[in-house]
Amino acid sequence: MSPISRGFHGRRREPAGDAGRVPPGQYLTDDFPVLSAGPTPHTPLEKWTFSIRQGGDTSRSWSWADIRDFPEEDVTADIHCVTRWSKLDTRWQAVSIDTLLAQVEHQARYVLAFCDGGYTTNLPLADVTGGQAWLAYGYDGSPLPPEHGGPARLLVPHLYFWKSAKWVRGLELLGADEPGFWERYGYNNYGDPWREQRYAGD
Amino acid sequence: MAGTAVRGRLTWQVATVESVRPETASVRTIDLGVPDWAGHQAGQHLDIRLTAEDGYVAERSYSIASAPGEPVMVTVERLDDGEVSPYLTEELRTGDEIEVRGPIGGYFVWDGEDAPLLLAAGGSGVVPFRSILRHRAAIGSAVPVRLLYSARSLADVIYRAELEHPGDGVEVIYTLTRQQPAGWTGHTGRVTPALLAEVAWPAGQHPLAFVCGPTAFVETVAAALVSVGYPPDRVKTERYGGAGAS
Amino acid sequence: MTAPDNTQHDEALDGNAIGGLLQEIFGTEMTTAVGTCASCGATAQVAETLVYLRAPGTVVRCRSCTAILLVVIRRDEMNCVDLRGLAALEAV
Repeated sequence: MSPISRGFHGRRREPAGDAGRVPPGQYLTDDFPVLSAGPTPHTPLEKWTFSIRQGGDTSRSWSWADIRDFPEEDVTADIHCVTRWSKLDTRWQAVSIDTLLAQVEHQARYVLAFCDGGYTTNLPLADVTGGQAWLAYGYDGSPLPPEHGGPARLLVPHLYFWKSAKWVRGLELLGADEPGFWERYGYNNYGDPWREQRYAGD
Repeated sequence: MAGTAVRGRLTWQVATVESVRPETASVRTIDLGVPDWAGHQAGQHLDIRLTAEDGYVAERSYSIASAPGEPVMVTVERLDDGEVSPYLTEELRTGDEIEVRGPIGGYFVWDGEDAPLLLAAGGSGVVPFRSILRHRAAIGSAVPVRLLYSARSLADVIYRAELEHPGDGVEVIYTLTRQQPAGWTGHTGRVTPALLAEVAWPAGQHPLAFVCGPTAFVETVAAALVSVGYPPDRVKTERYGGAGAS
Repeated sequence: MTAPDNTQHDEALDGNAIGGLLQEIFGTEMTTAVGTCASCGATAQVAETLVYLRAPGTVVRCRSCTAILLVVIRRDEMNCVDLRGLAALEAV
């Protein structure tokens, strides 16, 4: 059995009054850890687009300026990473995914977010609509830094944060579910932190 | 409980902190008593695992600063946003127990090869080079060595007293990147291809280079060495994590 | 001046950082093992690969083409290793 390292607690803090906001198995942090599975992309804004694709075609595509023309929302959310850190009251500036999807006719039941660098993640359509998901380009009042997914990332706070895909470039609308990057390597297909759905089969 | 002795199998074992001492304001050396230590080669590292009372576990790798045959010694730099390094450099005390696993690594090892040695250290990247230098002295090797050591300031130079007497055939060249003492005549600023071209053994002497430190430092130095003719397989690299990696 | 397109990969470590993990998985020293990228065919010692440790899993990429070589997830004290990105991996 591993000996306890006297006095070691890492950079976590006690939940105290926030206990009800911390899902099982999570620790609170005041940092914003940077997690990455590959090199940080650097797409220039003048080349950046966000697209909705379906059936192999692009249904709609917006430039950076187009996205910034949509109504901006200030979103405050608790976020939960599958690597066990949670951060409360994070503040984002974002466009609602509802707003973007309303511009497209579709009968999709699932989406697959696709990103610069090749990352993907899948979600049921029901989890990116109804005010649950955003395209976030601002964090804490400043432009979202590249290491945190800038120019823009998906923000879906009710699921583990690997679903909030960094460097997102669009959503593929699908009739059938298709596992994304971490889902294919053994993580849970859905990822509800409150049911601790970390790994496949949880 | 002793680890198994199966050859090649790495197991975690409990080590005891024998002593701690500061090297610089943010760097500390830890001497470890590791009961089943199988010995190590110059340049290898070990993994440390810490377990908090609530079961939270963190693991990190640290280069071994002592030479083969010497007791296990590691040197840890405190990174401000680190999770493990502040504990190891500030909280850890003599008598404490931590888990270690090692020795690890067969690539970043100096085995006494008879070739001019270039050691390029960025900050705490100098740690495995202490092992290499002490090993060289212990085996009576006469290979010429140049240690190019990039540090923020003289106060940030680790093993400074030891490096004042590095031994016959060892030349230590500093470059101080942020602050220099009055009257400093040595190099300043980051290591550049020009500085490397000046300091590195000519490629025609079939030198062997080891580069260790933050990734950006290693990338710059390794690329520069290749550009002055070092075959890539004669440039061994070990990258350390910086912010967010400790 | 930093090279464009992240050819410097300043945020990545290298295979030395997973020496312990790989020795745990394969039962032998692996930093000198030579891997062949299934995507571009480049060969390199594991010590010279691009390694991303700060992720829900350990991701190892080809330094030549950045394709994924291997991914390790840790669940329930077990290592789940996906080697599909490697055409070959030969320990010395």
